Amino acid sequence: MQVVLAFLIGGLFAIAIYLMLRRTVARVIIGLALLTNATNLLIFTVGGLTRAAPPLIPEGQDRPTTPIADSMPQSLILTAIVIGFGVLAFMMVLAFRTTQVVVEDDTDRMQATDALVPVEMTDLAEPYDEEEESHPHDPVPTPRAQGAT
Amino acid sequence: MANLLILPIILPFFAAALGLLWRTQRRLQRLLSLLGAAGIFATGIALISVVRQSGPLVLAVGGWPAPFGITLVADLLSAILVTLTGGIGLAVVVFSFSAIDAQRERFAYFPLLLILLMGVCGAFLTGDIFNLYVWFEVLLIASFVLLALGSERAQMEGAIKYVTINLISSMLFLVAVGLLYAEAGTLNMADLSQVIPQAPNPGLIAAIAALFLVAFGIKAAMFPLYFWLPAAYHTPPPVVSAVFAGLLTKVGVYALLRMFTLVFVGDVGYTHAIILTLAGVTMVVGVLGALAQSELRRILSFLIVSHIGFAVMGLGLYTPAGLSGAVFYIVEDMIVLTGLFLVAGIIDQVAPDDDLRNLGGFYAAAPLFGLLFLLPALSLAGVPPLSGFFAKLALLRASVAIGQYGIVAAAICTSVLTLLAVTRMWSEVFWKPNPRQEAIVLPRFGAQGLALWLPVIVLAGLVVVLGLAVGPAFGLASAAGQQLFDPSVYVRAVLGAGQ
Repeated sequence: MQVVLAFLIGGLFAIAIYLMLRRTVARVIIGLALLTNATNLLIFTVGGLTRAAPPLIPEGQDRPTTPIADSMPQSLILTAIVIGFGVLAFMMVLAFRTTQVVVEDDTDRMQATDALVPVEMTDLAEPYDEEEESHPHDPVPTPRAQGAT
Repeated sequence: MANLLILPIILPFFAAALGLLWRTQRRLQRLLSLLGAAGIFATGIALISVVRQSGPLVLAVGGWPAPFGITLVADLLSAILVTLTGGIGLAVVVFSFSAIDAQRERFAYFPLLLILLMGVCGAFLTGDIFNLYVWFEVLLIASFVLLALGSERAQMEGAIKYVTINLISSMLFLVAVGLLYAEAGTLNMADLSQVIPQAPNPGLIAAIAALFLVAFGIKAAMFPLYFWLPAAYHTPPPVVSAVFAGLLTKVGVYALLRMFTLVFVGDVGYTHAIILTLAGVTMVVGVLGALAQSELRRILSFLIVSHIGFAVMGLGLYTPAGLSGAVFYIVEDMIVLTGLFLVAGIIDQVAPDDDLRNLGGFYAAAPLFGLLFLLPALSLAGVPPLSGFFAKLALLRASVAIGQYGIVAAAICTSVLTLLAVTRMWSEVFWKPNPRQEAIVLPRFGAQGLALWLPVIVLAGLVVVLGLAVGPAFGLASAAGQQLFDPSVYVRAVLGAGQ
């Protein structure tokens, strides 16, 4: 079981990193969601997998009588899920606002804060014209909007 | 007495909660945030005096004893940093009274600031590694919103980068915590420092240490993980940049200091040599970046990166003198960088942008304002008798004492280049005539202007006072450094005398 989960976690991390290296913000967000889940699964797996031994103390006893599962990784994951959910929700709102303000979800075109001198948006690289990314409603690259709307 | 430890967390929390309830009451919000920050500051001072007298203070939250429940611990370093958080919080809150527009205030600017302060204090005080992750998330989410509040184009672009990179760093942190728990079976930092040396698998411990180094290195903006900082820190209003510059990266440095003096000290010759090298490169690369920039706040952002290197350098040396120097440097750096960003905030009030080419004439308009810039700026470059000189001197002496001449060379080069960067800012912004041919009208010392001037004056004054009273100030930092180097006091305080 651990081996299967290890491969699953590794796969999830790989997909998450691949998605976060893409240029569209939407994929970065999906990547982050996968990264959070991969991390949670990792904590779960390295914390030790125990079958059918819930950490419950039998009635009348003051300590467990049989070996039980460690409940700590599960409480860590619960906390991490809550935090991850909140942060992911914030990230989605942020991305939505960004596409409204910047009129762009191509991260390569979000370089106004990196450049040494303020960049004219038209000077940047050619629009992203990878086959799958082209917008059917917008075949001709239009001049990108400048500044806040 | 131990209940003091909870105050820096619940005071800003309640102030923020009340502020959110009365979101439209501007005066109430301002009063609450002032009280919250002042409460942190006062508690910090009380903590310092208690910890100095009777050793680290420990609070087992909820009454669960040490290795099982979450503990809050204040050793001298934590107490000093909580005090500074309160002080910088006060300066920024007062400055915000007249620097933040009504729009941002309506969207809960002050409660967010308080939540940020709460997260920073929580991170400084917790003795539990998973709890540290939670506090990091608390302060990060507050900083995300503060960064994006206002929704200007540059802000949104900066925020996307800042949020993404910080979430990746948090995930690495969480992975490291999970692996560490699997290996050691505990999350309490003091307990970890007992268990880790006996861990059966030193190779895995080294890998976990590397994960922590990367995660905290991103938060602290160390080379080669600093690129997000200059891309994001100059985009929000300068007063927000000021609180970020003063507090956020320092939390990363604090976490490095804590983990790599308490837990990961098994193979110091290897790990700390890496840290020292990274510190040296961070210094040089940061200051070179600052020289290449032409906007005031971007220059300052790169100078933050550069001077993170000095604080981390003290950790890399890993001697009592080096750690003392690092503590003093962090204190000095927090004051100086907040002060400089607030000066940029005053300039921002009267200038159209902060491009050096469009600025000028501030010295002719207000000579004393020039002094308020020059004091922290020269302290950053390490000019005597300001506090930055003594901080650098302590670090250099500590490196010479153990024969690390490479880092000495890097530090001296960085200081000289920093001096070049700040004199360039001085000559462009203050000395050169104003290219826009119009009179500069700085804010007056009225009810509005006082809120702008007072924090800047106090911070610039502190730079001088810390330099003149370097004896007692460095004594405190040096006691904190000793405590870091010999964690047995910390461990005994947390786990009880039996250990």
